[in-house]
Amino acid sequence: MIGFLAHNALLVSVAVVALGVVITPVAIRTGRREWLQLTYGAVYTNFLLVSIATMSMVVALVTHDFSVSYVAAVGSRSTPLLFTVISLWGALEGSILFWAWVLALYATAVVWFHHKRPGNLVPYAAMTLLAVAAFFAILLVGPADPFLPMSPVPADGPGPNTLLQNHILMAVHPPLLYLGYVGMSVPFAFAMGAIFSNEATSNDWSVLSRRWMLASWGFLSAAIIAGMWWSYEVLGWGGYWAWDPVENASFLPWLTATAYLHSVMVQERRNMLRLWTLNLCVATFVLTILGTFLTRSGILSSVHAFTTGAIGYYFLGFIAVVLLTTLVLVAGNSERIHTKGKLGGAASRETVFLLNNLFLTAVMLTVLVGTLYPLVAEAVRGVKVSVGEPFFNRMAVPAMVALIFLMGVGPALPWGSTTWADARKRLYPPLISALILGSVAVIAGARGIYSILAFAFVGYAAMGNLREYWIGMRARHRAHGEGWATALVRLVKGNRRRYGGYLAHIGALFVALGITASSTFRTEREATLLPGETLTVAGHTVRLKNVWGREEPQRSVIGTTLDVLGKNNAVIGTIEPRMNYYHVSDQPVPTPDVRSSVRGDLYVNLMAFETSGANATVKVIVEPLVPWIWLGGLIIVIGAVIGLFQGQGRLSSVSANAASEEPSAGGTGP
Amino acid sequence: MKLATLATVAVVTAALRVASPAHAQGVEARSRPGTAAAPSDSALEARTTAVAATLRCPVCQGESIQDSPSELAKQMRAVVRDRLRSGETPDQVKAYFVSRYGEWILLEPTMTGLNILLYVLPVVLVIGGLALVAFLVRRWTASNSTPV
Amino acid sequence: MNWKRAFIAVLIGAPLIALFAYGFSRDPAAIPSPLPGHDAPAFALTVFAPGEPPLMRPAGDTIRLADLAGKVSVVNFWASWCGPCRAEHAALSETARHYAGRPAQFIGVLYNDRPAPATRWIAEMGGQSYPAVTDNESRTAIDYGVYGVPETFIVDATGRIAYKHVGPISAEVLRQWIDSLLPKAAAGDTTPRALLR
Repeated sequence: MIGFLAHNALLVSVAVVALGVVITPVAIRTGRREWLQLTYGAVYTNFLLVSIATMSMVVALVTHDFSVSYVAAVGSRSTPLLFTVISLWGALEGSILFWAWVLALYATAVVWFHHKRPGNLVPYAAMTLLAVAAFFAILLVGPADPFLPMSPVPADGPGPNTLLQNHILMAVHPPLLYLGYVGMSVPFAFAMGAIFSNEATSNDWSVLSRRWMLASWGFLSAAIIAGMWWSYEVLGWGGYWAWDPVENASFLPWLTATAYLHSVMVQERRNMLRLWTLNLCVATFVLTILGTFLTRSGILSSVHAFTTGAIGYYFLGFIAVVLLTTLVLVAGNSERIHTKGKLGGAASRETVFLLNNLFLTAVMLTVLVGTLYPLVAEAVRGVKVSVGEPFFNRMAVPAMVALIFLMGVGPALPWGSTTWADARKRLYPPLISALILGSVAVIAGARGIYSILAFAFVGYAAMGNLREYWIGMRARHRAHGEGWATALVRLVKGNRRRYGGYLAHIGALFVALGITASSTFRTEREATLLPGETLTVAGHTVRLKNVWGREEPQRSVIGTTLDVLGKNNAVIGTIEPRMNYYHVSDQPVPTPDVRSSVRGDLYVNLMAFETSGANATVKVIVEPLVPWIWLGGLIIVIGAVIGLFQGQGRLSSVSANAASEEPSAGGTGP
Repeated sequence: MKLATLATVAVVTAALRVASPAHAQGVEARSRPGTAAAPSDSALEARTTAVAATLRCPVCQGESIQDSPSELAKQMRAVVRDRLRSGETPDQVKAYFVSRYGEWILLEPTMTGLNILLYVLPVVLVIGGLALVAFLVRRWTASNSTPV
Repeated sequence: MNWKRAFIAVLIGAPLIALFAYGFSRDPAAIPSPLPGHDAPAFALTVFAPGEPPLMRPAGDTIRLADLAGKVSVVNFWASWCGPCRAEHAALSETARHYAGRPAQFIGVLYNDRPAPATRWIAEMGGQSYPAVTDNESRTAIDYGVYGVPETFIVDATGRIAYKHVGPISAEVLRQWIDSLLPKAAAGDTTPRALLR
């Protein structure tokens, strides 16, 4: 019953979005602008219909309605409620439904906030979003239909993939990822809308897009960090990033979006780089579609890949249409969109942004080529090759290290231009931190050149960004006699984009530091212990207490308890790695336990055990500064949120909405 | 339930599950103790780790045999260790695995033939890009006859 | 609208789509083995499950690759925890019996498992006509580039690997290969050349 309702809602939504796509150009060309209400109505109606379908699915999952095919595939009476709810996005069809819902949500928000703007930009943007929604709607009534009726109705189901039931972060990572990924459709829609409405020669589309891109970027950053944290806590090898094709697929649009967030500032200030910024915006969206194509087509094997079927061909068709259409539209209009470049001087923030864009693009292309190369090699040479972590560490990391340095240079240099002498004065002070951190790293044993440089540059950039806060606060303190706390608050409020951005830099530096430290100084040892025996790794000692077992509704758990010993062999904590034997699976899921502190993590994985409980084999890994990665992710998000709460950029917009936004502070733009 | 009974039941019932892929890739955990603690020769261990980090675990998704907890990975590491101990060079050890599993077993493609493109591209991008930025900055500041 | 530029852009983008389309034509998880056509790696493995007469070998005996010279050998890697291995067990056992008396030998190599559960499994499956050996620390499996079970290697009489099969093997495939590799006089039925890959 509920499946019938939801399926028909989705069928109607196909018609609704198709209507919206078709009516928009007709309305504009024939001058019947009142028909644009149908466009906007299609957006709202689509949201209603997809919400009905999504809510139906959640209800079906929670009530264990196995007459619905998706529930029969991923539901189970013995799965805890939380994991039942989040199995909405745990398998292919449900994830497509969830994507469609997030897209409908964004489209609704875009129309809600911007429909009053005169001109054709917003209607065409809405049309673009509806066209993308159409693809997903077709999937949902076709190859990815989650509401197929089951006959006979099974009594129970296998439950979600066991790996996905193992950790609470599975509730967090996919929604954030979808909010980020799908959100990048919005700036793309504005870019396409600008081209269709012949407004691509102005900067309005990017002014409107900025905050949507920033919000999506914030979600995607959080999603990537959450995904890293999930891998770290669940997969048991003590790592958080494997350069897996699907991980790379989420990283690629993040790189171009980051480049966009910087180049759009140059576009706003100097009215240049417009074509480049448009390209970044379009590339970001195309890369999100590429990402979803790789996950769902099955052409690359990956730890993330959903099971595949005919749906891969649909995605191939979609990505072909998206790629070729955008190529034609952007290349065909490139001459008109292009602006002449003019800089005040070489020693300027603009130059640093050019370099930043260069390195981000280089990393993006390197990772893209590396990810697709196995396919190329197979097509050309007929041989299967692997492109894994050693390749990416060698070829992509150096450019990323350069970016760490640039994070310290950009904030220090002014917009416009300055003399080289002045630039030197600004750039020298943080060198002291670079020297200190680099030396500490070398003393602690770091030997790789990129590792040492990374530490040094983190020191440089951290001090560079903090110094900008300090300089601003000091200026306010001197000029207005404000206390430091007030000065800080007023400083940030006066230019949220800038200081939110600096805070995001600081968050990124936390992440960079955590990654560099845990890669450089990680130590591990594996040993078989009898109860009472100890194992010491890098100053941390654990002692096996016992091996135990317990039954849970959906799994049997075999675990070990180890005491963590501090000074004088006092017990300062316990750590309990486990092996989860899910009833439906033949592979146990080893579940490590992690003990975190500011200095790093003690990470223990259960490798093997004697069934009598006589001994256990554990692998102990000491990972310095890993918690700084997660903390850095949070700081990045806070920085992004701060940056969101600032109005339009320096260039005025035709939009009626713009008049109500707070203008950016004087000549001291972001 | 007593641990031994529970553990045996869990492991045995897991082992009897029919695997859905047509090609079962192995139980990740063993119900008997693994190999003993750190061996005496840490230099050999360091060399083993270095070589193992470049070899792909055949039953995992993109992990190296150094990182993988699976049984096969551990056994392959033992093969690496024995071969290094008997005097083979790292390249010879890698060549052995390539002769058995194909090029796919190397996590980083060899720099031969078409693969060279893969390595050259990032370098060209950065160097070419730096040249491009330098050129553009020069061109875009050239028209500044008076200070801005 | 500059159609020339648009056209050039499409020319750049189209190969990417072609690459993706190509991606559908092959299986990303299948790893082609470099071994077929090369000499089979040597091994010396201990029998733990004797099999049944006439192919039987006593438990504790060592089977070496060299012992198999002059015969067509089927080397099957399997485990008791492997589901698909159940599907091919009957085909292997019966085919082995079919070729008894001819220069063909079947061996089952145990992969990452222990003799006790393996022996129980054989009994559960109704017995096995050919012997099964243990492979200590998977040395032989690694030597053969095994990455999962079941995998079956067919070795010709000169000791060259003729064919590797990943996944459960059927009686038809076994017979086709063995017939094509047996000396013509002993093979009986003529097998088309096309079967020899």
